[in-house]
Amino acid sequence: MSSLRNVSAIVEKEWRHYFGSPIAYVLLFVWTFLFGRFFQVAFEYFLLASARQGGMEMGMGPKMSLNEWVLRPLFQNMAVVALFVIPMLTMRLFAEEKRQGTIELLSTNPLTDWQVVLGKFFAATGLFGFMILVSLVNFVPLWVYATTPPDWKPVATGVLALLLYGASLIAVGTFISTLTRNQIVAGILSFCAFLALLTLGWADDPAAGPLQQAIAYLSVTAHMEDMTKGVLDLKDVVFYLSFSGFGLFLAQQSVESQRWRA
Amino acid sequence: MIEVVNLTKRYGRHTAVDGVSFSVQKGEILGFLGPNGAGKTTTMRILTCYLPATEGTARVAGFDVFEQPLEVKRRIGYIPETPPLYPDMEVADFLSFCSKIKGIPGKDRRRKIDEAIEKTRLVDVRNKHIGKLSKGYRQRVGLAQAILANPDVLILDEPTAGLDPKQILETRELIKSLGGEHTIILSTHILPEVEVTCGRVVIINKGKVVAEDTPENLTQRLRGSGALRVEARGETGPLFDLLRTVPGVIGLRPKGDAGDGVVAFEVDAEAGRDLRPELARAVVGAGHDLVGLSRLGMSLEEIFLQITTTDSADGAAPEAPATAEAPATEAS
Repeated sequence: MSSLRNVSAIVEKEWRHYFGSPIAYVLLFVWTFLFGRFFQVAFEYFLLASARQGGMEMGMGPKMSLNEWVLRPLFQNMAVVALFVIPMLTMRLFAEEKRQGTIELLSTNPLTDWQVVLGKFFAATGLFGFMILVSLVNFVPLWVYATTPPDWKPVATGVLALLLYGASLIAVGTFISTLTRNQIVAGILSFCAFLALLTLGWADDPAAGPLQQAIAYLSVTAHMEDMTKGVLDLKDVVFYLSFSGFGLFLAQQSVESQRWRA
Repeated sequence: MIEVVNLTKRYGRHTAVDGVSFSVQKGEILGFLGPNGAGKTTTMRILTCYLPATEGTARVAGFDVFEQPLEVKRRIGYIPETPPLYPDMEVADFLSFCSKIKGIPGKDRRRKIDEAIEKTRLVDVRNKHIGKLSKGYRQRVGLAQAILANPDVLILDEPTAGLDPKQILETRELIKSLGGEHTIILSTHILPEVEVTCGRVVIINKGKVVAEDTPENLTQRLRGSGALRVEARGETGPLFDLLRTVPGVIGLRPKGDAGDGVVAFEVDAEAGRDLRPELARAVVGAGHDLVGLSRLGMSLEEIFLQITTTDSADGAAPEAPATAEAPATEAS
């Protein structure tokens, strides 16, 4: 009960910081703008291709999938945008507390390190979720104007995929922010780490040995593939949740150990 | 209320706190006096569970700081030397955040925040951003944060550092008014500060406790050693001979020409004696103009030197009178 209150107090404080500075508005603008733009591009391409197909085969060909042509490229593009956006959400979480000395305020009040780490993680994930939520406005015309409205499930799984993927990156970014008192350094290191996690996926090769496959399995983007197509696999959800959990564990250990070494 | 036994903190090879032991009774105000780098902040950080100790134990309100840090933190209000504040928050919002993490129940929050703001006289800045406040106000916001949950124990690390004289007086008054219901430890490197606020003083130097006493006793012990400065018009030679004959003078050092025919001396008096009337009579009686006569303030360094040397001199008593009889002279 009290731990929940402590976590929510940290969440509230972080949101105050996000919205008390331009950062939340800038990120919201960039994110929703790019989301809309990628959606528009993918949708135009889809319309063009389906018109062409319809003209050639008189509507007799295989039905073109909205999931395959619009949702999947859109969510995958946004996954790349997230690589840039998320370091800006996470870089100051702990670095700034350390620079200001306010980490001493948090550590000398009846809070546990876990409550602080979780509060900050949920604050950043919440803002990221809010950004996704706002950009869902783009889908509204599909339901309003399409003669047969599209299935909502693939959209839901795509959003879930993006959120889980974002949460994993945020957990890693939170950990990296505990390592330094300079938020710029934390931001750059997080970005590099995210790129490294992205490139792990390129090692994926069915013919490769077990080690290479294990490395490829750790890629955060690879686990989005199915979900962005509308296929929800528990395996992927578990992957993201355990990935986030591990990042947060590292963050908590780091916060605690810095006190011992101080 | 607070019990510290043999507390030691090492950073690698450097020992910041070395076997410190002391205890504080409920309602007492304990002054923690020492020069910069003496280990005051480290000790306080261990008491507030911010740092773990290398050895020794510390208990606050019966709870061990290592075993039950949450229980200890619930009972402590603490301000570090530079108050940890969020510059982009308003004072009231900051205190509201603090009230939540301190576990103050929702219905009491407003009242407690108002009380803390009232006590620390922050009413006119309650809706200002902390980043825009002056140093004195920030210190008070830190203090408001510390007393917010009405903790049993207050730990204040140099609460008057960086304040102007008026703010220092106000802060001391506030701290004094908080004693009684709260148990307070405050650290400082200014001697008069503990004299006015504290019931008991622990002097710490190089990580070790060198003295523990009431401020009155400490000043008593130090009074005799307080040197006097005498300025009189005349020649150095005759004045020197005159002053050394004044009973009670155990040390005399010419301090050279102070200009306008005035020469200065530093006089060490016997322990516990105020020689100013005798010195004045002697100088004037011999027909010299007495231009200045003042007690020299002791720097903290000198106090430590004094305390450490007198403590060791107690054991070596036979030597002490010998040096006291012959006035020490020193060419300037």
